[in-house]
Amino acid sequence: MERIPILRMGTFLLVTIQVDMHDRLATALQDDLTTRIAEVGARGVLIDISSLEIVDSFIGRMLANIAGMARVLDAETVVVGMRPAVAITLVELGLSLTGVRTALSVEKGMAILQASQQHAFTIPELDAPENEETDDSTEHARSQT
Amino acid sequence: MVTLSRRSGQPGAVLTIISCVANSLVCGSPVHVIFSPLIAVTSSSFSTLVQLFDTHHSELLEAWVAQQLQVLSRTGKISRSELEAQCQEFLDAFRAALRSGVTADIQALQWSRVREILGSVSRSRAVQGFTPSETAMFIFSLKRPLGNLIQGGAANAKEINTLVWPINELLDMLGLYTTEVYQKGRDEVIRRQQEDMLELSTPVVQLWDGVLALPIIGTLDSARTQVVMETLLQRIVETESDVAIIDITGVPTVDTLTAQHLLKTVTAARLMGADCIISGIRPQIAQTIVHLGVDLGDIVTKGTLADAFRVALQRMGPSLARPTRPGLGR
Repeated sequence: MERIPILRMGTFLLVTIQVDMHDRLATALQDDLTTRIAEVGARGVLIDISSLEIVDSFIGRMLANIAGMARVLDAETVVVGMRPAVAITLVELGLSLTGVRTALSVEKGMAILQASQQHAFTIPELDAPENEETDDSTEHARSQT
Repeated sequence: MVTLSRRSGQPGAVLTIISCVANSLVCGSPVHVIFSPLIAVTSSSFSTLVQLFDTHHSELLEAWVAQQLQVLSRTGKISRSELEAQCQEFLDAFRAALRSGVTADIQALQWSRVREILGSVSRSRAVQGFTPSETAMFIFSLKRPLGNLIQGGAANAKEINTLVWPINELLDMLGLYTTEVYQKGRDEVIRRQQEDMLELSTPVVQLWDGVLALPIIGTLDSARTQVVMETLLQRIVETESDVAIIDITGVPTVDTLTAQHLLKTVTAARLMGADCIISGIRPQIAQTIVHLGVDLGDIVTKGTLADAFRVALQRMGPSLARPTRPGLGR
């Protein structure tokens, strides 16, 4: 069965949707992504939809759902590269994707994820725990699976 | 009155009644004439007319053109030769139509050529900037030469009467038709200009690297907002801008629909990853927005474009200055 590849970049997961989404593909992506987030202990998910030309209400809701699920799993979602036509369609459908962060390009999306991670790390105001903390969480996630 | 209201179901009937009223008022005849059968024209009366037409064709043309030139030559909108060509063409078609039948219903098939010529004349006049009366005069100025022709050619007063009435009504209807086409032509011009304006009125300017501004001037209706929205979003993609400032200083009024459109545009831009700032909200518009109960939500609004620009630069500042840190993840 056709699947959308999920790439890992450090603590972030990168999903590039390059085919037209149909409902089953979207559901499969939800499953795969949540599994992978838990598996690698990802802190951020970047979904690139710059090649996506057609959306319907299901795909729109799926994007919102993925963001919600990722948040529950302690990962932030950034949707990047949405086309104008897609944006207009989603607004007309009444889906404003509140709670999903957006960016114009992959680069900017990555910057957002990194900035938020950095922000999270500076809260303890300690240098050393930064690595330990990620190690812990990764191990924790691994032991879970 | 009863008859009138029953008849008024058909547009054609209404026009006829109006022209009849006009005629009877002019001639001073009693108004009950209105309800007499409209087209009581015998073929013989029309054939007399056609004969007159044939024999006095050039005189009629001459008189008609002279009649029109009295008014039109002052404006200089049309040359004599052009006018003569139009009149000639119309008279030929008019004569052919009279010859081919007795009906005075101008929607009939035999009048199609006449209607065609009238249509092209009044459309071209609408585009050339003629006033409505100057356009309608094309037909109405034919009345006097035709009346003279009939008076000179008819045998007795009774014949004059039987001829003048139907011709009068016929010309009235043709005149109304001319005005109608003229109006349509003008509407067409207006519509085209509106479209042109739509294209011109949505400039998206780049203020800074990553900052776009969209000064909106004029009322926002749904067709225009669609263009505005699409242009803005397209430019955001092209320039990779993080901030878009929508300046509504030039928008005279904001109603719920306009506010709704603005909200949609802002939401769509946010979906694409750009922030929108609305600037230039005037005091009255602020009052209207609150009175209407429009919730602008968490959209940033600023008083002037300058303020909005400052905010945009502040927002971008750190993100531009911040060095990218590769390898934060492992």
